Amino acid sequence: MSADMTPQTPQTETATEAAIETPAPRLLTRTVLKTSQKMSWVTRIYLPMLLKGLMISLREFFRKPVTFNYPEQRPKVSERFRGEHRLTKDDEGKMKCVACYMCATACPAHCITIEAEAAPPEWDGRDKIPRVFEIDMLKCIYCGYCVEACPKEAIEMTNKVPQVYQTRQEFIYDREKLLAN
Amino acid sequence: MISQLLEILQMSIVLVAIKMVVAVGVVLGAVPMLVWMERKVSARFQRRVGPNRVGPFGLLQSAADALKLMWKEDFFPNNTDRIVFLAGPLLTFLPGVIAFGMIPVGRASGAHFLGQGGVLAVSYLQMGLLGLLAVSSLASYGIAFGGWASNNQYSLLGGIRSSAQLISYEIVMVLSVLALVMTTGTFNLADIAQQQQGNVLPAWNLFTRPLTFLLFLIAAFAETNRAPFDLPEAEQELVGGYHTEYTGMRYAWFMLGEYAGMWAMCSIITTLFLGGWTLPHAWIDWIGAYPWYFEALVSFGVFIAKVVAMVFFFMWVRWTFPRFRWDQLMKLGWKTLIPIAIVNILLTAVAMEFGGWYVR
Repeated sequence: MSADMTPQTPQTETATEAAIETPAPRLLTRTVLKTSQKMSWVTRIYLPMLLKGLMISLREFFRKPVTFNYPEQRPKVSERFRGEHRLTKDDEGKMKCVACYMCATACPAHCITIEAEAAPPEWDGRDKIPRVFEIDMLKCIYCGYCVEACPKEAIEMTNKVPQVYQTRQEFIYDREKLLAN
Repeated sequence: MISQLLEILQMSIVLVAIKMVVAVGVVLGAVPMLVWMERKVSARFQRRVGPNRVGPFGLLQSAADALKLMWKEDFFPNNTDRIVFLAGPLLTFLPGVIAFGMIPVGRASGAHFLGQGGVLAVSYLQMGLLGLLAVSSLASYGIAFGGWASNNQYSLLGGIRSSAQLISYEIVMVLSVLALVMTTGTFNLADIAQQQQGNVLPAWNLFTRPLTFLLFLIAAFAETNRAPFDLPEAEQELVGGYHTEYTGMRYAWFMLGEYAGMWAMCSIITTLFLGGWTLPHAWIDWIGAYPWYFEALVSFGVFIAKVVAMVFFFMWVRWTFPRFRWDQLMKLGWKTLIPIAIVNILLTAVAMEFGGWYVR
């Protein structure tokens, strides 16, 4: 501020002093520096810079696309990816599920439908097995709470990326499909 | 005597009809391909794959889109002037077709029945360049009509922007054409193209008059409402710009108009600066040994190849540069380009006075 300039109000004076004392934010300082630089004539006629920009986009044009054709090509996911569910079996090939409804209760999306029936008499150690075990994959949010809730480790999540179908009915996975998953 | 006259008349009518069908067919066939090309090219610039579902390489995507648009609801906004509302899309599309009809797209020197020295053009005009300048700016009327008739402030802003932009950049375009015509000495597009043939290397106006080319190119971007001058449809500010209220096929006509305009403008640039259908003598003179239709096909192919290359450049620019702000657009037009265009005319005059080689 030049000396011959009369101070207007006390408020502005203190404000100016405060501004001098407090260091300006880093970002602001850099912006000011940039704009105060005198542009060279090469920059000012823009054309070389425009050509540079065109070359950058042309380079991208000839590079490989980073996208992939989703339903045919699948993304590569890690081993721990929470994808589609699977019903597990024990050593004798029987399904571990005992139709306790714990997973259906835990499910925040209410996508699991279970109907129980009496277990075959030769399957010892359990009373029930699921007659119907359906997961509506359109409702499922893949949170994994069903896996945590299961007392028998009968349901787990695979790293299969959720499938795409043409109809809603196909998204409802039944017991056999989940066992085979 | 009378029967002979009739025969000649029939001949010429048939000839004109064929030429018109071919010219309209070329534009109508080119536009869906351009839409497809734009989508594919923009995808590649953004490192995507682009449309690839309908037909091989997604080539039929435009046909699928057109089919979809035809089945859409035919919507009129309230309190609109229906005639103007309907005229908008048509007026945007027609100038592109008309302009393309004036441009010579090839040459078959052996085809004497064509007249006009075998030049393939629907209407072979001595004042073709003036006609092009007159027609190519008509498309703005369609946009302004559509914007006004939509009864919507965003559309209206788009239409007004289009008019203002056109008025500003038309001056630059005409001034750059003036500098060109000073040296060519003719308004005949076929002659201008022929002058650029060259013996071993192409003597394109692009190489000998780079400043004129640059001015014309920038004006061409603005005139076709292409990015970075696509302010009439600046979707971030104006919803959809002038075609906000248009649905279905009427919207499609606006799209067709945009691409027909681009096609025509690229044809103009090709004719004026890239030598039209010509290739240098050393490259192409062997063709005299073949029948006329072979030469016609080859020259037409050369022309189309140059136009498509130019179209690619338009798309390249669109997907590289951000849009101008409104005041920047006006500033660039009036305070930068018009003075440069006038200086360009002076430079051309000086070059003509002191360098005879500069005159065609």
